[in-house]
Amino acid sequence: MGKTLLDKIWDKHVVKQIDAVTDVLYIDRHFVHEVTSPQAFSELKEKGLPVFRINNTVATADHNVPTKDQHLPIQEALSRKQVDTLIANCKEFGVELYGLGHPFQGIVHVIGPELGLTLPGITAVCGDSHTSTHGALGAVAFGIGTSQVAQTLAAQCLIMKRPKKMRISVNGSLGKGVTPKDVILYIASQISTSGATDHFIEFAGTTFEAMSIEGRMTVCNMSIELGARGGLVAPDQKTFDYLKGRKFLPKDQDLEQLQAYWKTLYSDNEATFDKEVTFHASDIDPMITYGTNPGLGIKIQDQVPLEAPKKSLEYMAVEAGQSLIGKRIENVFIGSCTNARIEDLRLAASLVKGRTTAPHVNAMVIPGSKQVEKQAIEEGLDKIFEAAGFQFRQPGCSACLGMNEDKVPKGEYCVSTSNRNFEGRQGVGARTMLASPLTAAACAITGTITDVREMMSYEEV
Amino acid sequence: MKKFDQLTTTAIPLLIDHIDTDQIIPARFLKTTVKTGIGENLFRDWRYLPNTQPNPDFVLNQSTYSGELLIGGENFGCGSSREHAVWALMDFGFRVVMATSFADIFKQNALNNGLIPLQVAPAFWESCVQAIQNNPSTKITVDLNDQTVKFNDESAHFEIDAFRKQCILKGYTDLDYLVSIQDEITAFEAAHTVPAIGFQ
Repeated sequence: MGKTLLDKIWDKHVVKQIDAVTDVLYIDRHFVHEVTSPQAFSELKEKGLPVFRINNTVATADHNVPTKDQHLPIQEALSRKQVDTLIANCKEFGVELYGLGHPFQGIVHVIGPELGLTLPGITAVCGDSHTSTHGALGAVAFGIGTSQVAQTLAAQCLIMKRPKKMRISVNGSLGKGVTPKDVILYIASQISTSGATDHFIEFAGTTFEAMSIEGRMTVCNMSIELGARGGLVAPDQKTFDYLKGRKFLPKDQDLEQLQAYWKTLYSDNEATFDKEVTFHASDIDPMITYGTNPGLGIKIQDQVPLEAPKKSLEYMAVEAGQSLIGKRIENVFIGSCTNARIEDLRLAASLVKGRTTAPHVNAMVIPGSKQVEKQAIEEGLDKIFEAAGFQFRQPGCSACLGMNEDKVPKGEYCVSTSNRNFEGRQGVGARTMLASPLTAAACAITGTITDVREMMSYEEV
Repeated sequence: MKKFDQLTTTAIPLLIDHIDTDQIIPARFLKTTVKTGIGENLFRDWRYLPNTQPNPDFVLNQSTYSGELLIGGENFGCGSSREHAVWALMDFGFRVVMATSFADIFKQNALNNGLIPLQVAPAFWESCVQAIQNNPSTKITVDLNDQTVKFNDESAHFEIDAFRKQCILKGYTDLDYLVSIQDEITAFEAAHTVPAIGFQ
């Protein structure tokens, strides 16, 4: 009987069993942000408890922060209060905070991996469903609610039922203009947003083996959009190379001990999964969503399915049987924990370079972190975007969920590299179409839904 | 954690699949630092028209249906991990959500607060919805002790993990238990491979 990768990591973290299906699970890394933590800190205060392990805990401000003039006080009163509450709580409890103005500030799921806080074989949680992102490094990482944030703060453990295991394999090379985002949108379109409910996904196969670590982050990020609590990829040489030189990578003996453990992190050949699906990379095209959940996506050249849910189509003002190509759009958002890392920005910039956005389009690039912003500026990507008519702003979650000022106006379309196209997600009445950074960049240039492949020369990837 | 034992109530049908937590409580209402008062904005953008008047087409605004049990469709509570969705439902007055399936994080959040995520088979769900639509004063009884849900002469068994069931029946929270075993957690750490973060 072989073991799955998930079980190997899970077993390593069981402090004790409560019953046959319920474990006390130790949590190695707890990421905290301003929106889902205030009530948890309050619970600790009410009970007179300290944070049990401040050295497993890191906080940042991301959901509410403005993406302009971050050196000035936050203008929106409620957002300011929430960020100030985080600052006060971190000070009171001694939690490390990378707040506004700190060189490590950024979207929580961007900074974890880039700082070497996230490592293969660890458990990581955050009061945010996209914690699944960290699974790209071979970690068991999942989103939790505020009650569980309080539990993790108070005892560095959670009482968890072991999830079922699902393996999603994709094999083969991706075609021209097809990115990791298209892979995950394609999977969502095939298995739906509840296709992996109650399961933890392992992404396997040659497509993911060939994919960069940041690409794997995009895929794992949207595991939750398939209904899964999390998703992970077995760590390999690419993972180890990615980690080299990262700020908080453990050193010396600690690292050697970890590396020995990392070599054991793969699903055994005889391991069995509760669910398995396999896809071929050659079937995947650039994708776009037409509806109001991430599973309602199509290949960009296809028509909106005839059986598409009516409520979704009404909200989006699209018709069944219609092609989306050429449809006018007003906004483009390149950002979010799904697609705001340096590779995403480079990819979008490669298409934007020397071109200009359509005059009616409001196009924004929001880097995922201060480190990504710095790197992008060093590479001159900010200049490329600005010359083309994009706004290049400061890091945060921004228009992915519109908790700050960055909202899509009512009734307007936004081609967005974020992860959710729910009704009102980017602003009341906003119509979101999810796509890759490459497709989003192409749509910004033409001002319509565009097949990016038609804008790419033979040499371009 | 609000205790739950048994409840007999009428129900409100909200027959939509994939109701996500952004609909249950939109992100702009997550800027609170407390748990109370959130029910006011439950289903905000479905419940109110752009002019802030109640939307007469939305079921929570219709006098036909009332009760402490909300009936949703498939994959209820998908999307964001915001526990505010559970707080909003409970603050509004719901103690049970009946659906054919639930998103995982929503379910966990519900169980941590004593909101019962009542998962039933599609056939039972349909029959229950029909009964309520035919007669909105139909009473549904949810009994956590024997894990049954009943209306008229129909009944069904529902699943809940034994541990979670005991917690909700007794009003125990995971936090109190975990704090009580901190010595065991410390002992575990001594032999654990993954080091803490080396902040300087």
